[in-house]
Amino acid sequence: MAARRTTKKTNVSGDELKQFYRDMLLIRRFEEKAGQLYGMGLIGGFCHLYIGQEAVVVGLEAAAEEGDKRITSYRDHGHMLACGMDPNGVMAELTGREGGYSKGKGGSMHMFSKEKHFYGGHGIVGAQVPLGAGLAFADKYKGNGRVTFTYFGDGAANQGQVYETFNMAALWDLPVIFVIENNQYAMGTAQKRSTSTPDIHTRGEAFGIPGEAVDGMDVLAVKDAGERAVAHCRKGKGPYILEVKTYRYRGHSMSDPAKYRTREEVQKMREERDAIEHVRHLILEGKHASEDDLKAIDKEIKAVVNASADFAKESPLPAAEELWTDIYA
Amino acid sequence: MATEILMPALSPTMEEGTLAKWLVKEGDTVSAGDILAEIETDKATMEFEAVDEGVIGHILVPEGTENVKVNTAIATLLEEGEEAGAAPVPSAPAQASEPAEPARMAPAVAAQAHSAPPVELTPDWPEGTPMKQQTVREALRDAMAEEMRADEDVYLMGEEVAEYQGAYKVSQGLLDEFGSKRVIDTPITEHGFAGIAVGAAFGGLKPIVEFMTFNFAMQAIDHIINSAAKTLYMSGGQMGAPMVFRGPNGAAARVGAQHSQDYAAWYAQIPGLKVVMPYSASDAKGLLKSAIRDPNPVIFLENEILYGRSFEVPAMEDFTIPFGKARIWREGSDVTIVSFGIGMQYALEAAEKLSEDGIDAEVIDLRTLRPIDYGTVINSIMKTNRCVTVEEGWPVGSIGNHLSATIMERAFDYLDAPVINCTGKDVPMPYAANLEKLALVTTDEVIAAVKQVTYR
Repeated sequence: MAARRTTKKTNVSGDELKQFYRDMLLIRRFEEKAGQLYGMGLIGGFCHLYIGQEAVVVGLEAAAEEGDKRITSYRDHGHMLACGMDPNGVMAELTGREGGYSKGKGGSMHMFSKEKHFYGGHGIVGAQVPLGAGLAFADKYKGNGRVTFTYFGDGAANQGQVYETFNMAALWDLPVIFVIENNQYAMGTAQKRSTSTPDIHTRGEAFGIPGEAVDGMDVLAVKDAGERAVAHCRKGKGPYILEVKTYRYRGHSMSDPAKYRTREEVQKMREERDAIEHVRHLILEGKHASEDDLKAIDKEIKAVVNASADFAKESPLPAAEELWTDIYA
Repeated sequence: MATEILMPALSPTMEEGTLAKWLVKEGDTVSAGDILAEIETDKATMEFEAVDEGVIGHILVPEGTENVKVNTAIATLLEEGEEAGAAPVPSAPAQASEPAEPARMAPAVAAQAHSAPPVELTPDWPEGTPMKQQTVREALRDAMAEEMRADEDVYLMGEEVAEYQGAYKVSQGLLDEFGSKRVIDTPITEHGFAGIAVGAAFGGLKPIVEFMTFNFAMQAIDHIINSAAKTLYMSGGQMGAPMVFRGPNGAAARVGAQHSQDYAAWYAQIPGLKVVMPYSASDAKGLLKSAIRDPNPVIFLENEILYGRSFEVPAMEDFTIPFGKARIWREGSDVTIVSFGIGMQYALEAAEKLSEDGIDAEVIDLRTLRPIDYGTVINSIMKTNRCVTVEEGWPVGSIGNHLSATIMERAFDYLDAPVINCTGKDVPMPYAANLEKLALVTTDEVIAAVKQVTYR
């Protein structure tokens, strides 16, 4: 990890810390449950878990305002939960049921919520980058002051369309925040084997786009950086790049044995840098809550996640007629 | 209560696997994320993690066991302080509660059968409408200008559309009228700006994307198909891409293989897209206005050679043509010639010459390729019993191939001869003038095909 833990003794409130804890824990428990349902054959195909990266979306959502947009890749469950989408609807989409966000027709990689301004869920690496800039283009055209969080990984950062987009986003001063979630592995290829320079956030320099590296295991540092980026965009100064250094604990997808890194490396991250443990520590150290209070939150989250799994199992398969709907508006 | 740890499915295709190695033993305390076992799937050896905390009660399937079915209980997990008790008998794999397979739907094509409208020379404008002569180029510009005046959310972007006034002068004057906010020159970066336009459509605008030619849209085809065409379906109807991708398509003249390709059949294959390929100026205008208003992504295939061609265009306040309605250019009783776009030029010329030989051809311009007006074609063939299709694109997987199959399914008993597809030749476009002519479909080939199906 190049980025250091950058949290100062903050003036963050206990309530806010507890909210971060709750939001991150929801993602982790939800993803563990999704992995379990996959194992039971209830979820099929590709399923990319977000475990380890929770602080990225939770920190950035804390910097967003109502009406701001977000778009991401196929590792999207965390983004949906963080922006307030219903865990039941997300889990039921994973199981391909009628109650899912896309009525079971999208799956893990293709979910959307117009209501929550979540624009997918895109399965083609890098494709969401120009799409996100396009959302920002629409906002600028309408002059509504909104910004778009466009998430992509260190792997996608090598796609040509990313740089085509950087050029136009800077040329047209689009209010888009490019969030590079650098979890250090593009599927099984370590960053140093695929990427010519270690600091991806500097790649905007050629286009005049400011960028910074952020400790993605520290939700407070992420929120802090997010606020800087949002302020920049809202002032009409064009795009901003945040390279958020994070780590995925699980394989790239469910069928990835992750032999490209050692178990010790993963274990070290979990033990020393876990984002949820970090917030837990801050809460207890600051005496914002007791162990028992946190246990109560754990229990509450477990109930929400279990309810989503029950919903996702009980929701019926989509009707056969759904095959032929939603092809044309 | 003890919970069962089940044999996991660790790949999309795994049904059973080998429990290669246990990394825990009975009585071990585990927490979520701890590696319990190594499991060999059809693809790889995977580590299997605990999803919950607890104490390993019984190991039900010993390591080294092969062909362990997914969902078989392989161990039990006890809660803190719980006694292991007697080992349960390994259970059969729990059945995932999958309801019966969905009913098979009839193919969409068959569902539309036998709904053919009556054959008529349908005018697209009211009788007595004053007409004016206009080029296809001017008609396209007027269509865009009228729709941009009517709807603030419509904008045009592409290479050289603004200050240069359009690489083929189709957008002439639009920058002056609408300004640089709505008429936008892009860098030469089709993949990127097509993606930005699709994103803008997701965000509530109605972009018109001009490709300098459709050859360059191959750089952008991922966004046209994966992002624009499929999102409405993938989002369960929540959001789509109301937009138009337009520009010249097909062979121009002497520009060689990379700049001379007809993409009609490519795009017509994609559910979620609408595909328009006009021939005349009135169709160009009426269909482009419909395309801009359509809430779906529309591929609008123009032709450089036709841009300068003049036709009669109705002088009407608001003239649109609906999709999925073919135009009968010429009534006839001996053979049906079906074409679209520049193919119509050969079809109409052939019909003219054939009439001198006493062969009376009906000529149908499909105008839109998705949806296709099958009814008008079938009804015509029920009258003429013979059909020739004409297009500039390559023969394999052509629009003509698709029409032939549909005619065979729906009007087999009406055919007196096999349908012939006149197409471009199965070669990349050559540069040399004589070879280029040979590569394209010709009026003479259409005439020969008609004579063949009419046994003259």
